[in-house]
Amino acid sequence: MRRIPRIGGAVVGAVLALSLAGCGGDDGDGSSGTAADTLRGRGPITLVTGKDRSGNLQKQVDGWNAEHPDEKVRIIELPDEPNEQRQQMIQNATTKSDAYTVLALDVVWTAEFAANRWLTELPEDKIDLSKMLPATIKTGRYRDRLYAVPSTSDAGMLYYREDLLEKAGISEPPKTYRQMWDACEKVKDLDEAKDIDCFFTEVNKSESMTISMVEAIGSAGGAIIGPDGKPTVNTPQAKQGLEFLVKAYQDGMMPKSAITLDTEGGRRYFQDGKLVFQRQWPYQYALANEDDGSSKVAGKFGVAPLPGPDGPGVSNLGGHNLAISAFAKNKATGLDFIRYLTGAQAQRDNLLATSKAPTVAALYDDPELVKKFPYLPVLKAAIENATPRPVTVKYGDVTAAIQEAGYSAVTGDAPVDKALADLQGELGTLTSQQ
Amino acid sequence: MTTTHDERSAAANAAAAAPRARRTRKGGDARSQRRLAALLLSPTLLVLALVIGYPVLAGFRESLFARGEGLDENGFVVEGTRFVGLDNYTAIFSGDGADAFWNAFGNTSFFTFTTVILETVIGVGMALIMHQAFRGRAFVRASILVPWAIPTAISGLLWRWIFQADGAANAVLRQQILWTADGFPAKLAVITAEVWKTSPFIGLLVLAGLQMIPRDVYEAARVDGATAFQQFRSITLPLVKPALLVAVLFRMLDVLRMFDLPAVLIGVNQDSVETLTMIAWFEASNLRYGSAAAYATILFVYIALIAYLFVKLLGADIIGEAREQTKRAERTKHADRRRKTKAVAS
Repeated sequence: MRRIPRIGGAVVGAVLALSLAGCGGDDGDGSSGTAADTLRGRGPITLVTGKDRSGNLQKQVDGWNAEHPDEKVRIIELPDEPNEQRQQMIQNATTKSDAYTVLALDVVWTAEFAANRWLTELPEDKIDLSKMLPATIKTGRYRDRLYAVPSTSDAGMLYYREDLLEKAGISEPPKTYRQMWDACEKVKDLDEAKDIDCFFTEVNKSESMTISMVEAIGSAGGAIIGPDGKPTVNTPQAKQGLEFLVKAYQDGMMPKSAITLDTEGGRRYFQDGKLVFQRQWPYQYALANEDDGSSKVAGKFGVAPLPGPDGPGVSNLGGHNLAISAFAKNKATGLDFIRYLTGAQAQRDNLLATSKAPTVAALYDDPELVKKFPYLPVLKAAIENATPRPVTVKYGDVTAAIQEAGYSAVTGDAPVDKALADLQGELGTLTSQQ
Repeated sequence: MTTTHDERSAAANAAAAAPRARRTRKGGDARSQRRLAALLLSPTLLVLALVIGYPVLAGFRESLFARGEGLDENGFVVEGTRFVGLDNYTAIFSGDGADAFWNAFGNTSFFTFTTVILETVIGVGMALIMHQAFRGRAFVRASILVPWAIPTAISGLLWRWIFQADGAANAVLRQQILWTADGFPAKLAVITAEVWKTSPFIGLLVLAGLQMIPRDVYEAARVDGATAFQQFRSITLPLVKPALLVAVLFRMLDVLRMFDLPAVLIGVNQDSVETLTMIAWFEASNLRYGSAAAYATILFVYIALIAYLFVKLLGADIIGEAREQTKRAERTKHADRRRKTKAVAS
């Protein structure tokens, strides 16, 4: 069978979407009213999210539905790929459809969605933000207004081989790059660690590169885009940050294959016992501790905050926020449901079922949870100290430019100075209208 | 590819319409027959105009506009569209996007050129093997077709496992080649996966062509003492040419709009494998629909041009008149058909 011509399909889709959007008429000033005015209506709503792998979300929704028979929630699952989730949400928004009510947004999409008037502004006085980690709340804001409530968080941590460090006579994980390289040299003198690589952070040309850049530059005290929305990669801090990545790769601290390894590739590498230090998300903790033979490092590793040039480094802030589509009906129900799902009890259940990092601060100090997830205190420190990826309306273009610059520097195609100068120019154009 | 489909279905309709017209309007003049043919064809043409003509024109129209530029003082995107004329096109050819465009254009053309040549050679070889009578032929035929049956995205994943740093390719080659990083090896990886996947398609069409060659032609050649190579050059190749050219044309049109294989195998935003469809996709996913439409329009024109040149220069017989064995029909097939209809009518 012949396949459907893809371009044709894309063009038809795009054209239909656009012509429908054009028919929607001029009601673009819905955002001018105050937040409370727009949050009206009660009744059935939908929750739009990625795949619910553990089935816990359905369980939570069932709990809500049992208590609110007139305001039932239906889950709409979108494809796994974040970019496809974003595409579908954008398509829904450009057609001004009321099919989606509550949106589970990746933290980096808030600015774009808010600036395009696709989200309803949320009333801060009706949501208990005081219990949440301040860093996570920042990701739900755009221009000092709240558009989304953080429901899960995420931050990078340093995984290290406790057993090898111990054998080499090192008692605690490194806090600086220098300490990390020194520890690595000592470990490499051990017989069992001859063919082991020192460190890994993702530098393949994808979103992971942006995350590594944010962390490296943030750890050096810089930022890719400053608080005023202007790019700041022409600073000594940015240079120091990128040089860390470049040197780690060029000097052989990282495996040569690092430029091809994605998150899962890095996880396999660590689980095969081929790394001393690794920057990775919390989800690896349970998997690398599996004692079914899939991991050679089960019980042999620990986690610590990321190191930096002169002290603890800065992690990138990940996670998802819940927002209400501007075109939805029954927004009052939507707000109540968001409050339910981001509440302490729901987040606790979710952590236990999915090991996704909560945004409620108290959960990180809950002894029962810490027993089950020993990394929680480290993760809390990492999140509190974390920095979001650039907050910008044109995030897709900005991240592509960052990836290009980072990749060409790491692979040696461009000197660090030139890569950063090019990036500064490009980001300048991309953010000039903000 | 859409063009060929349409012409085929249009031709099939024309063929179906002609005898019907003959039956119902026996003795009627050619004029009214033509009118009837037009009437009978009009639903098809209407559907084609709706599903193909309109999107192409609407896409072109879209490429003349820009929207969502700039933010107002509250940080909201300024709404409304703005007519920008050919700005989207000039930006592609001379603005900041020129490097990316020519890179993608080069990649697209390079992939088309290399994969189609390799596929043709391998596909013809496969067809010749499948055509032989031997034990287990059905099994060989089925197994050759497996790659074509696998969805492109899945075979992209499959090849990514093979080409990853500790994958099978490096194990076999005993080398550490970073196939899936952005660089020349990525191009080779895409070509390998694409040729693996689509050679069976050429093999299948060529096999169909081979099976229409009468056996006695070969018997006569053997009696005359022709070698196997001579038989291949003087009998097989010329007689299978119409089928082969259609297969090659289909593949060319297909590979010119390649998207999912490099996207899954290597990733998006990788300069070494970025194709024109990938740039159009990138633009659209960043809400620049005007610019995306401009890329799509350029690609459309490029594909149409290649198809036209191919048909003109090589005389690819896309509507399958080979069966009628009229070689000259290729050059003037429309005029020819009209003449034939007339001859039948009078």
